[in-house]
Amino acid sequence: MSSITVARAYGPVVEGEAVVSEEGFSPRYDLDRWTGLITKPGHKLEGTSIVDKICFFPTAKGGIAAGWAFYDIKWKKIAPKAFIFGVTNPVMVQGAIFAGIPITEGWDPHPREVVKTGDWVRVDPERRVIEVLKRRA
Amino acid sequence: MKLTTEEQSILGGGRGAAAQRALEYQIEVGRFWGAKRFVPVTNVHMMGDIEVMGDGGLEYLRAEAARGARCVVGTTTNARCMDFAHCERMGQDPKEAVKERELIATLRRMDVVTTDTCINYQTVYQPHLGEHVAWGDTGTVIYANSVFGARSNFEAGPAAFAAALTGRTPEYGFHLSENRRGSFTVELKAALNDLADWGAVGKLVGEAHQNYYAVPVFHGYHRTPTADELKHLGAALASYGSMGMFHFVGVTPEAPSIDAAMGGVSPFERISIAETEIQNVYRNYSLGDGDARLVVFSGPQQSLFEMKHLASLFKDRKVKAGSTCIVTTNSAILAQSRDLGYAKTLEDAGVTILEGVCFYILQNLSPMRIANRWTNMVSNSAKIVNIIGAHRFNTILRRTADCVDIGCSGILK
Repeated sequence: MSSITVARAYGPVVEGEAVVSEEGFSPRYDLDRWTGLITKPGHKLEGTSIVDKICFFPTAKGGIAAGWAFYDIKWKKIAPKAFIFGVTNPVMVQGAIFAGIPITEGWDPHPREVVKTGDWVRVDPERRVIEVLKRRA
Repeated sequence: MKLTTEEQSILGGGRGAAAQRALEYQIEVGRFWGAKRFVPVTNVHMMGDIEVMGDGGLEYLRAEAARGARCVVGTTTNARCMDFAHCERMGQDPKEAVKERELIATLRRMDVVTTDTCINYQTVYQPHLGEHVAWGDTGTVIYANSVFGARSNFEAGPAAFAAALTGRTPEYGFHLSENRRGSFTVELKAALNDLADWGAVGKLVGEAHQNYYAVPVFHGYHRTPTADELKHLGAALASYGSMGMFHFVGVTPEAPSIDAAMGGVSPFERISIAETEIQNVYRNYSLGDGDARLVVFSGPQQSLFEMKHLASLFKDRKVKAGSTCIVTTNSAILAQSRDLGYAKTLEDAGVTILEGVCFYILQNLSPMRIANRWTNMVSNSAKIVNIIGAHRFNTILRRTADCVDIGCSGILK
């Protein structure tokens, strides 16, 4: 079974479908906060839903407003199950913890070597590990 | 995390349920980042309005107010999503306006000073070298760290609010000296005579180094930059690069020299920015369908000197029929601009001045775009050009005088 070790993590164990992005993320710049779809024109995941997904993003983008945005999308029941960042920033972490969404930072190996969009993965923040449970059919 | 006696008391409910919950949350954040302790803060700047918070956020604030939440240090608010004097004309939702008014009243009840500005560092509070604060809007944080030499991380709304209730924040990131050292150098060879040029520098440097902990060290510039220039540089670095700090040799307090700014470490990269790179930034924007009907001066709000400059550019001109030019600033600057005649000059030209808001977070912005059939947004702010993408604007950065020409001629070049 393939797995990824993460450097820092918060939250309970969750399982879900992976969405792996080659581009960074902000819930304010990139996301439609009423549908959970990535709508920024030209974003590499434009048109993709993050609702109930385990989202892998290499970087975080700007944006203090993101802090409330996580709570807002959780309230609207369109939040992802977890955020997995290569490099993140305090806002993403403060926002995710406030909303009770698991979040991790730092990865080894790089997800592109291990996991593909559509795979079923488990995030275990306590053990700081992400495991691929099932490949996309 | 190691807690002081006072912090243990807060955690035990000694300062009420709201402060207790706030500290519990801060401990989780501190743990994530490996913070060993808390640092006291003297000032908090928080983002909180109905557009960014949503109904869930408002419900949360109501509950905290009912629990007896009170700020224990000076706490101000960032730009918000509605100027009540204009919301009907702007097509904003009256139901959301009711919520926004309730939200403002709730914040005031908890001793939050609702300044509604993203330029608190120019108009409200200027922390000194080494002073720990808990600020949000990223533009305010990068300015505090870089230009004042104060110490803050990006504090999202919930995190800043928690700091306001407990009077402290976890010690990680830019509160620690080791993270404040420069990591790479940027030689500025370009002339940079317009605020948009400074934003373009922020875009070039930020896009290429998207990392909160990447700290650029600028040097080699031919004159002393103004506060407004550093504001546009910082806002763009934070926006494009998620950066929280920069040094500017001979200008910012922790950078008397390149070596001092780097703290004895070698830069991992040395880059330079000449006029060609700046020109290429402007050239690379797609003009979309050529729509020139929306020009915005916002994100950050305009300073008094920006208002003065805009007034001089719009003097005796008219915004083209069918076009919209929007300027946003805070109530203090607007009052002074009225006294000084700048506001009248702008309004006579047909410019809409919005108070206490940022264009980017206007409530109902996507439907507003559709109702006005706006496809492009032109601005002299590299930050707002970057952050408005989710509302599906095609955005174009232009120099300030060019923006005014576009607004008055209806011709996009």
